[in-house]
Amino acid sequence: MTSRGALYFAIMAAALLATGIFQSWNVAFGIIGMCLISAIMALGLNIQWGYGGLLNFGVMGFTALGAVTAMLVSVPPVTEAWEAGGAGIMLSLALLVATVVVILVARRMVPAHLRTPVTVVLVILGFFFIRVFYVPATERIEAVNPAETGFLGGFGLPILLSWVLGGLVAAGAAWLIGKVALGLRADYLAIATLGISEIIIAIIKYEDWMTRGVRNVTDLPRPVPPEMELWVAEWFVSIATFFGSDDTRAAIALAMKSIFIVLFLIVLVVIFWFSQRALKSPWGRMMRAIRDNRDAAAAMGKDVTSRHLQVFVLGCAVVGVAGAMLTTLDGQLTPTTYIPLRYTFLIWVMVILGGSGNNWGAILGGFIIWFVWVQAEPFGHWFIGNVTLVMGEDHWLREHMISGAVYMRYVLMGVILLTVMRFAPRGLIPERS
Amino acid sequence: MELLNAIALLTNFVLIPATAYGAQIALGALGVTLIFGILRFANFSHGEVMSFGAMAAILFTWFLQGQGVSIHPLPTALLGLPVGILAAIAVTLIADRVVFRYYRQQRVTPITLAMASIGLLFVLAGLVRFIIGPEHQNIADGERFLITAFEFREMTGLDEGIGIRQTQALTLVIAVIAMVALFWFLQKTRAGKAMRAYSDNVDLALLSGINPDRVVMIAWIITGALAATAATLYSLDKVYQPFIFLQILLPIFAATILGGIGQPVGAVIGAFVVAYSEVMVTYAFRRFIGYLGPADWAPESMVQLMSTNYKFAVSFIILVVVLLVRPTGIIRGKVIER
Repeated sequence: MTSRGALYFAIMAAALLATGIFQSWNVAFGIIGMCLISAIMALGLNIQWGYGGLLNFGVMGFTALGAVTAMLVSVPPVTEAWEAGGAGIMLSLALLVATVVVILVARRMVPAHLRTPVTVVLVILGFFFIRVFYVPATERIEAVNPAETGFLGGFGLPILLSWVLGGLVAAGAAWLIGKVALGLRADYLAIATLGISEIIIAIIKYEDWMTRGVRNVTDLPRPVPPEMELWVAEWFVSIATFFGSDDTRAAIALAMKSIFIVLFLIVLVVIFWFSQRALKSPWGRMMRAIRDNRDAAAAMGKDVTSRHLQVFVLGCAVVGVAGAMLTTLDGQLTPTTYIPLRYTFLIWVMVILGGSGNNWGAILGGFIIWFVWVQAEPFGHWFIGNVTLVMGEDHWLREHMISGAVYMRYVLMGVILLTVMRFAPRGLIPERS
Repeated sequence: MELLNAIALLTNFVLIPATAYGAQIALGALGVTLIFGILRFANFSHGEVMSFGAMAAILFTWFLQGQGVSIHPLPTALLGLPVGILAAIAVTLIADRVVFRYYRQQRVTPITLAMASIGLLFVLAGLVRFIIGPEHQNIADGERFLITAFEFREMTGLDEGIGIRQTQALTLVIAVIAMVALFWFLQKTRAGKAMRAYSDNVDLALLSGINPDRVVMIAWIITGALAATAATLYSLDKVYQPFIFLQILLPIFAATILGGIGQPVGAVIGAFVVAYSEVMVTYAFRRFIGYLGPADWAPESMVQLMSTNYKFAVSFIILVVVLLVRPTGIIRGKVIER
């Protein structure tokens, strides 16, 4: 990192400090936590776009896979639902695997010209056969106490485990998707991944037996000590007093956020360290060579498609980890909140602003964009509220504009993206050439 | 009789809605394919341009309704449509001037242009939500039906009725007019021929003295007009809601690629293939099969391949299959090199 990069980070730190002093430390700590998660997502996307030149417009989908994993890992199982439909679901899964195996075997057995028709017939047959068991099972599961459960529940394991598993699930999905979609032209890949992410969200939203769908799963277990314990712990109160806080409630909120920040920081450092190592290794040089001129790299004997698959899987794994972390922080799974603008394209703005191909840049971009994204809301209110004062206190247009002010942050993000692309296409901390 | 009932049922629930939907997708896909063919990039902001145009049309419609203007039995939004078209054209031209022209002159890769369209997507999505809000808006006034299912049953004595909503008929009429005008323009006029030449081979077109700026400008004007029309018709037929227009990109892109990039005829065919597949795959065929089978017999399940929630999956599967099996599309379009 250059001295200019260090300056940007110093400015960022000052901005966070100012937020703490002038707004509240609670807000500042909340922003820092989300900045760290955003930085990890940006690192993941940077691996794909910055190292490999892959246009992944499906970041949202892999975030959501991590999120679902976090929920499934941590929530206790719903025994009744398992009794009602667990066997049916398991049978359906087994049949799904069997169908895939049969198709793979059949494709080897039949002559080449019959391959496509045989595959299509087997897919259709398998589809209907699985549904015979699947549909009744889901109906029985969803009928079990729908107001509170209505799903299978999870495994009741510590939620921190999902930070690893979320990455693995996202990586597995990425491998399957990459097998099909990589090798497409760059912008076709973008369209395909955008589509995949919409499908993943649709599954999470509507497969109620698995995720409760739009009814959300709330009160996920948290990886922090119960708040009541701190409330009565003398050592905690004395620490809080030492820092000059006489409000124990606020102190507890800060303490919770600090624990998350420490956990997130550890993950960020680990991922960052690996990313840097990878980037500086011969592997990283090869990836950049493929990105800059894939034909030349292929002529040198590099296996372009499988290297692309590799970065795609790695990047998605990192995004999946961030998704699991995000759900852990929120303490709930809310499928309706996943929209591409927030979870795909915002991450793109982070990477492009920070500097594609530079991990420091990705982190900086994650911090700046999340900070601006959050602060744009109160600022927009204040700004539009003041500008429109000339219309009179309660003019209808003024009220309408104030209520819509929050959406101006989309406009701001677009302007940032376009400005950076035009005037500093290599980002704030450019890739070292 | 049973056969007629089955056909009527299918017409009412599949054929008519899918035709109207297909026409809306076709108008959108025509714009995407023109830009893909002439500027050679996937325009991800197209959905938001549509949204912006429809929003302008709706705002003007509200204004007219406030003034007491009405063209009953037709919906007032038809009068708003020209304003929507002008707004969308203004957006595309300004966007080209401010954003895309620079990159065109730099001769950047298609990826950079696609990325720039994401910036435009953000700006337009924000503006639309700021101006009209994220909620859904219903703008269909005027007569609801050309013929209701009840009237149809009375007329024919069948058990199943065919209802045709006025908005569906309007969609089809306007879409046909727009497409005929577009194809006439592309085939017969000088400017249209220049556009096709430019789309086929840029260097050759430039050598023959075609003015690239003019071609690009006309392409944006047509794209904006079609986008606003498509979105206004969609909003009349269903409902206007800003978030839909990012999701609708998927069937539009699927139709574009299925038809062959830069091939307007292909885009229309592709749009109808996508729309019919989507509606048929998500339709429950239970009653249809019931009519065809022996008396008082109906299958137990709904005979629905996929729940309507997964309709994107249909476009997506079409998209992937086309890209893997025949990347040039039905009508051999261009496969732009990496």
